[in-house]
Amino acid sequence: MGAGHAHALYVHEHTLLHHLAPEAKLAAAFLFVVAVAISPPQAIWAFVAFAAAIVLLVRLARVRFRFVAGRLLVIVPFVLFAVFIPFIGSGEQVEVLGISLSVDGLWSMWNIIAKASIGATISILLAATTEIPDIVRGMGRLKVPAVLVSIATFMIRYLEVIAGELGRMRVAMTARGYDPRWLWQAKPIAASAGALFIRSYERGERVYDAMLARGYTGAMPDLGHRRATRRDWAIGAALPLFGLAVALAAGVLT
Amino acid sequence: MHAPDGFLNAGTAVATGAVSLGVIGTAVHQSKATLKEKQVPLAGIVAAFIFAAQMFNFPVAAGTTGHLLGGALAAILLGPSIGAIVVTIVVVVQALAFADGGLTALGYNVLNMAIVTAFGGWALYRLFRRILPNTAAGVVAATGLAGGGSVILSSMAFSLEWLFGATAPIPFDTVLGAMVGVHLFIGIGEGVISGLAMGAILVARPDLIYGARDLDRAQMRDRTPIGARTLVISGILVALVFGTVVSQFAADSPDGLERVAADTGIAANAQDHTLDRFVFADYATSGIGNEALSLAIAGAAGVLITLLVGFGLFAAVRGSRPRRDQPSGV
Repeated sequence: MGAGHAHALYVHEHTLLHHLAPEAKLAAAFLFVVAVAISPPQAIWAFVAFAAAIVLLVRLARVRFRFVAGRLLVIVPFVLFAVFIPFIGSGEQVEVLGISLSVDGLWSMWNIIAKASIGATISILLAATTEIPDIVRGMGRLKVPAVLVSIATFMIRYLEVIAGELGRMRVAMTARGYDPRWLWQAKPIAASAGALFIRSYERGERVYDAMLARGYTGAMPDLGHRRATRRDWAIGAALPLFGLAVALAAGVLT
Repeated sequence: MHAPDGFLNAGTAVATGAVSLGVIGTAVHQSKATLKEKQVPLAGIVAAFIFAAQMFNFPVAAGTTGHLLGGALAAILLGPSIGAIVVTIVVVVQALAFADGGLTALGYNVLNMAIVTAFGGWALYRLFRRILPNTAAGVVAATGLAGGGSVILSSMAFSLEWLFGATAPIPFDTVLGAMVGVHLFIGIGEGVISGLAMGAILVARPDLIYGARDLDRAQMRDRTPIGARTLVISGILVALVFGTVVSQFAADSPDGLERVAADTGIAANAQDHTLDRFVFADYATSGIGNEALSLAIAGAAGVLITLLVGFGLFAAVRGSRPRRDQPSGV
């Protein structure tokens, strides 16, 4: 745990976005993505506006564009699916370079790719500017039930421990000449994962007992982490208000 | 499986979001009564394991990769309600902190990956436990089969949502065929991993497993070895059963007719009002190829999913009542 609690997506910086209270950021990200999702794909200018807003945010957060692009790879399978749609879609067809493409298919390809990449970029920005414990704290302040928050806290606390240990076990196995890569070789992996599970559980049990002994009541005490002020909410509201305005205009105009 | 934003239309996102909120809300409410203090770290660690496991993609046929869903395993370890809660947390944190899956897609992502797999997987587990011998080996095999089945249920649930919320003019049959086809293979992987993990936990700490509380010491010790091969074969059997059920409907799809129906469907759609297109873009119609056929498949798949998820929910609610024959606090 010496490595701090930063995670792969977090970019350490001191910017307006980094210092905004997590609950305001969560709410703003969610509402903005809702605005993007309800915009009709025919209003291409609306998506240009959304993209411009995001570029501004990325600059503001001092996150490198290459970093964002690399992380966007998670949506590649869905983009691949979307690219196939015009070829197999039915309905009115257009000829492009001698290939017959479905018009509705092209629109839905654009729809999926545009919305998916904008949504994913917003999530990447959220993760890049907010550490995971803050995200969980923000969830708690947005009235997510305490059971969910405490399970999530435990999950995040143990995620790195488990992933690291599983990785070391795998390295040890490979170093001894066993490199399982097929399904029927899964048994040693599963057995070590099972052993790891028991070990982590018993460790977690002890940690939990220790927490209870120190007065844990199901919620972490607030250690003076900054709560969202009116200023946080005002700054946070700017993005979704812009998004909803664009979405409404797009809905009325098309 | 982590669908991004805009993959299904807004109406479907809202509807699935409402369903997911309702089910998870009920599960949370129920868990207040049933969640024993010690189960919070257990649930957290199961969540961490599922989270870690979902990061490892294994190759499936034809260049696609699949990853563990873990809902069935979580349900068997922790009980279906807490299992569903655990996978929901995994899906939500992945969307928030790892940009995996869209924020407005959380409704259907939670429904498909957490609720359907946990409650559907639990129902399958209970069914297989009836058939298989009441031993540790039976528990392991039932876990594997339920794990595999839950993935296929999840893919069917996604296809059904496509029927209502398609954002592209691809007929439901095509989506169902492709989704279930790919997930047959993913299901085999999920089944093998779930079964093996269950076997490992059963050896060391059988007391932790919610789904094996009914076994006594003698049954627990009866551990007829079940190798990976047996599990693979049973997994393929489950896959074949699901596959034949689906292909029964899909096989006699007349392609030409389908095309015509789709064309007319889209022609009828063309005079849509502006506002209709705004939120409920092409609601349902564009997803249907041959309406009668699609509805038949959708109906069959829907009945199967509803039955299994309903059975799982019912079993969860019934199981939450304190049992007389079981001392509390065990």
